[in-house]
Amino acid sequence: MNESAQVVGMGVAAPSGLSVEDYWAAVLAGRTSIGPVTGFDASGYAVRLAGQIGDFDAAAHLPKRLLPQTDRVTRLALATAASALAGADIEGAEMDSFDQGVVLANAQGGSEFTHREFRKLWTKGPAEVSVYESFAWFYAVNTGQISIRHGMRGPCGALVGEQAGGLDAISLARRRIIEGTRLMVTGGFDSAFDPWGFLSQNSHGRLSQATDPRHAYRPFDRAVDGYVAGEGGAVLVLEAGSSARRRNAPSYGEIAGYAATFDPRPDSGRPPTLRRAIELAMADAGVSTVDVVFADSAGVPELDRIEAAAIGDVFGHRGVPVTAPKAGFGRLGAGGGPVDVLTALLSMRDSVIPPTPHTTDVPEDYGLDLVLDAPRERRVDTALVLARGYGGFNSALVVRKNAEEGQDG
Amino acid sequence: MSKLTIEELFQALIESAGDSETDITPADSLDVPFADIGYDSLALMETAAKIAQRTGVKIDDEQLVDAETPRQLLDLLNRAMAGQA
Repeated sequence: MNESAQVVGMGVAAPSGLSVEDYWAAVLAGRTSIGPVTGFDASGYAVRLAGQIGDFDAAAHLPKRLLPQTDRVTRLALATAASALAGADIEGAEMDSFDQGVVLANAQGGSEFTHREFRKLWTKGPAEVSVYESFAWFYAVNTGQISIRHGMRGPCGALVGEQAGGLDAISLARRRIIEGTRLMVTGGFDSAFDPWGFLSQNSHGRLSQATDPRHAYRPFDRAVDGYVAGEGGAVLVLEAGSSARRRNAPSYGEIAGYAATFDPRPDSGRPPTLRRAIELAMADAGVSTVDVVFADSAGVPELDRIEAAAIGDVFGHRGVPVTAPKAGFGRLGAGGGPVDVLTALLSMRDSVIPPTPHTTDVPEDYGLDLVLDAPRERRVDTALVLARGYGGFNSALVVRKNAEEGQDG
Repeated sequence: MSKLTIEELFQALIESAGDSETDITPADSLDVPFADIGYDSLALMETAAKIAQRTGVKIDDEQLVDAETPRQLLDLLNRAMAGQA
């Protein structure tokens, strides 16, 4: 293909930080950004811990007009998109509004807003329900609000695939770039820490009931007993390579390859398909190996074993460094994949692989070279990011550093 | 029932739909289209719902979206209030 999808801007809102550099510093330090559930009375829940963003001041980031009509997840998405676009520095690039699109993933909707309005419906009656509930609940609202605020009238979309959806969204944005759109805002966000949202997040019983934040989410560890749910996500600004070159826009790297597979029914006797997603994504990128894998890291023994086997089958026994920085802040649903892609791009920039906090004892037969308690310095030119969504979604995405002329790295 | 003032209308707009952060004062905006001061039809519906909760005066959505300026909305609301009194 002639056109490439270059990452020219990035923003993040995660329990580990609300700016790219704050987040990156926390992740490199292996900081624990997991704590007791806050925002509502969670004392009646078996699950005690979450990865929540403690210091987000929506009013400081958004026009007042947007506050009454947005859920927390949309506010996080809007603030992060604005910061990613500022970094992309497209002012003055004279892009037609129809040449700019938005594709974001979201799996849990505007949960807190919706359940506040439902409470009003049941207790005060229909006249008290906000008219903004008509769209504030919706999975596509983050995409729509960003599109409206920044005047982006090109191809837009919203994808739902639980934790896998964020990578699917980035891939769809890449496809739009290859088809001829000049700029795409992409990524994913989730936040559902209201009484109903938190309950629904554990409908499958995979959340850890541990009370020690250092023990609640230890992916690939022998002692793992679930994961921690978190909130947040990331925005990547993708620009057509030809356009970025024309205006000398610096790029963090290229979205180089992607594939998605869907697992067969659990009782079918057929094997899971994560391995095939990895192979197809690498074929799409035209690479035979990568320098690091950012694992999905389900935190469920059976799923960790499936992922370790898929990585081992493709790369060999301890054949590639693997990491799971999300062990420090939780699984962010639709936001998880985009945050990992952002982290992978920072690994490329700084030639260092961040650690997997909390995990200490990886079964030998997993054959994983997991980067454990300290960052590992290493040149990173290609990275593979994996994400699995509940119900059988597998997505794999390859990012690649650009060959730079006249620059080091 | 007393008449609603432009200041009270703006107070309801801001409480319901957020401050549009324009510099114009309520008194100066009587004949400025809502679109120009940052309020769309949903903002007007939310505001009308808030006023209905306070005063009991309900306006049909169809009539509401025909109000293009604060003066027209104020007239609509005050006519409805007078009719109800």
